[in-house]
Amino acid sequence: MPGILIYAEVQKGEIKKGSFEVTSKAKELGGEVSACIIGSGVEALAPELAKYGADKIYVVDGPEFEKYEPEAYVQAFAQVAEKVKPGIIFTSATAQGKDFTPALAARLKVGSISDCVDLSMSGDKAVAKRPMYAGKAYAMVEAVGNPQVFSIRPNSFPVNESAGAGAIEKVTVNLDSSKIKTMVKSVEIAASEEPDQTEAEIIVSGGRGMKGPENFKMLEDLAHTFGPTATTGASRAAVDAGWRDHAYQVGQTGKTVSPNLYIACGISGAIQHLAGMGTSKVIVAINKDPEAPIFTKADFGVVDDLFKVVPPLTEEVKKIKG
Amino acid sequence: MNTVVCMKQVPDTETLIKINAEGTGIVTEGVKWVMGPYDEYGVEEALQQKEKFKAGKVTIVSLGPDRAIEAIRTGLAMGADTAVHINDAAFYEKADPYATASALAAAIKDLEYDVIFCGKQAIDDDSGQVPAILGELLGLPVITQVIKLEVADDKSKATVTREVEGGHAIIDVPLPAILTAQKGLNEPRYASLPGIMKAKKKPVDVKTVADLGVSVEPMTVIKEMSLPPARQAGKIIEGEDAAEKAKALAKALHEEAKLI
Ligand SMILES: Cc1cc2nc3c(=O)[nH]c(=O)nc-3n(C[C@H](O)[C@H](O)[C@H](O)COP(=O)(O)OP(=O)(O)OC[C@H]3O[C@@H](n4cnc5c(N)ncnc54)[C@H](O)[C@@H]3O)c2cc1C
Ligand SMILES: Nc1ncnc2c1ncn2[C@@H]1O[C@H](COP(=O)(O)O)[C@@H](O)[C@H]1O
Repeated sequence: MPGILIYAEVQKGEIKKGSFEVTSKAKELGGEVSACIIGSGVEALAPELAKYGADKIYVVDGPEFEKYEPEAYVQAFAQVAEKVKPGIIFTSATAQGKDFTPALAARLKVGSISDCVDLSMSGDKAVAKRPMYAGKAYAMVEAVGNPQVFSIRPNSFPVNESAGAGAIEKVTVNLDSSKIKTMVKSVEIAASEEPDQTEAEIIVSGGRGMKGPENFKMLEDLAHTFGPTATTGASRAAVDAGWRDHAYQVGQTGKTVSPNLYIACGISGAIQHLAGMGTSKVIVAINKDPEAPIFTKADFGVVDDLFKVVPPLTEEVKKIKG
Repeated sequence: MNTVVCMKQVPDTETLIKINAEGTGIVTEGVKWVMGPYDEYGVEEALQQKEKFKAGKVTIVSLGPDRAIEAIRTGLAMGADTAVHINDAAFYEKADPYATASALAAAIKDLEYDVIFCGKQAIDDDSGQVPAILGELLGLPVITQVIKLEVADDKSKATVTREVEGGHAIIDVPLPAILTAQKGLNEPRYASLPGIMKAKKKPVDVKTVADLGVSVEPMTVIKEMSLPPARQAGKIIEGEDAAEKAKALAKALHEEAKLI
């Protein structure tokens, strides 16, 4: 079994859940599991990776890594990879992972496989399953080069506590600053505690049937009732109407999501929308039109006025949650 | 301002995907092909920058089989000036992101450009990798998911806004650079009738992979394709009124689905 090196992503001072998911998967596959964490003041986070199976944790810590900048991060990670010589590299296909992973693979002169939802070993090589056409098809893909690089879609693998040796090593990297051409002037992140749609376990989504931007508060309330792993989403019709920011759009030209629960409120279920959320584990549709195509995909359907269903649903969920 | 737009022709988003008999790709008969929706934002931005600077040239570069010419003509009809069509059926069949980027890089390296636009991702393979590899091969910085672009008057640098998780980042970048277009960057225009007429006479430089002097072996290989398991329509929640249904739904999510 080849060694596996993981990119452990830090956001808002915490390691992302997706990074723990890929660490757990690496541990399950067997072999030596290493992780590399990059940032400023991130050393204290390193032991957490051991809980999920990391035998060795490389820490690249310095003020120059305060803000994510792909070139600097790629250089740092590539130098760690050079040392570790892994057969396989895993990243989580988060927003940052999608920016970082292809650039890293290109630097290592190999191909990478994006947004994988499953992995299996075939001898010394991993073969990945990934959606294409926004989830309308799946492909089994093999990466030819060495190392093999995979970004894994969040929520594809469970987080399992299974301790690794957890040796921590600080690494000093030599940055070629002449190649770092971009300068991050500012980063503005909403104060919201909600997870990104691609990582959320529960999404309460609204479409044109929401009638206006003010009504999305209702969906936020329901999402909050489910807890911190829930967020809201929107159809393109709701985004195009200017009711929600594009970051919320689910579908072929928005985010492709696979939460445990997707609740579609006032969404008809156009093919482009279904493509983006069709792999959700459980789908609920609330729509007053019994003929709406969303019902053909929904595990649970409610044919009624969403304005009369969502508020009592929130109350019922509150009661159950106690 | 001179720009290059990398554009891929892809199946329309309405397409119902079917897998071919060999299980290695999709059935292409009956598919309606269109310009990649994210690449469309790239074309539009290139045109807007050219209009702003009142000078320059927009070149579309596309790797694809014969049919790709239709999407190229659409770009020319929108207002692009010229195009390079890398048309090599044998190569296109097995081109992965690496091979694609290598061919594009070879075609682009002799062109004049301040910015290379790509789409955030091609909506067929959804890989989002070609721009990064292109950046590595051409030695250019790459900024992904751009939603706003301001180019300095002397075209030596740009300030771009990109989408990041939960918000956005503002970045300064020297030009030339590769930017990937995300929804929000602009509203793509439709080709006008005179535009369509003019497009027919605009030059398209057709190149084979051999012309470009690249012979690239793919780094990733699709072994097998399949359709996702069909989803069945589930249960319609019954009840006297909406409140009853809401209660029954919460119960089902709790007891049957075990999600609450
Ligand atoms: C290139 C391209 C890309 C696209 N990409 C995407 C994408 O990424 N994501 C996406 O979502 N779409 C996408 N679309 C758009 C898609 O085709 C649909 O137009 C869109 O999904 C419709 O959104 P909707 O379901 O909210 O609106 P509609 O189709 O108008 O449906 C509204 C629904 O709300 C119901 N309703 C109304 N009032 C109530 C009420 N009071 N209570 C309950 N139900 C109610 C109605 O019965 C109806 O079913 C794309 C289209 C194109 C051409
Ligand atoms: N065959 C191609 N011809 C031209 N540009 C391409 C091609 N494939 C990918 N691209 C460009 O790279 C972007 C991302 O594609 P991908 O990495 O395949 O998701 C696309 O939006 C295009 O701008």
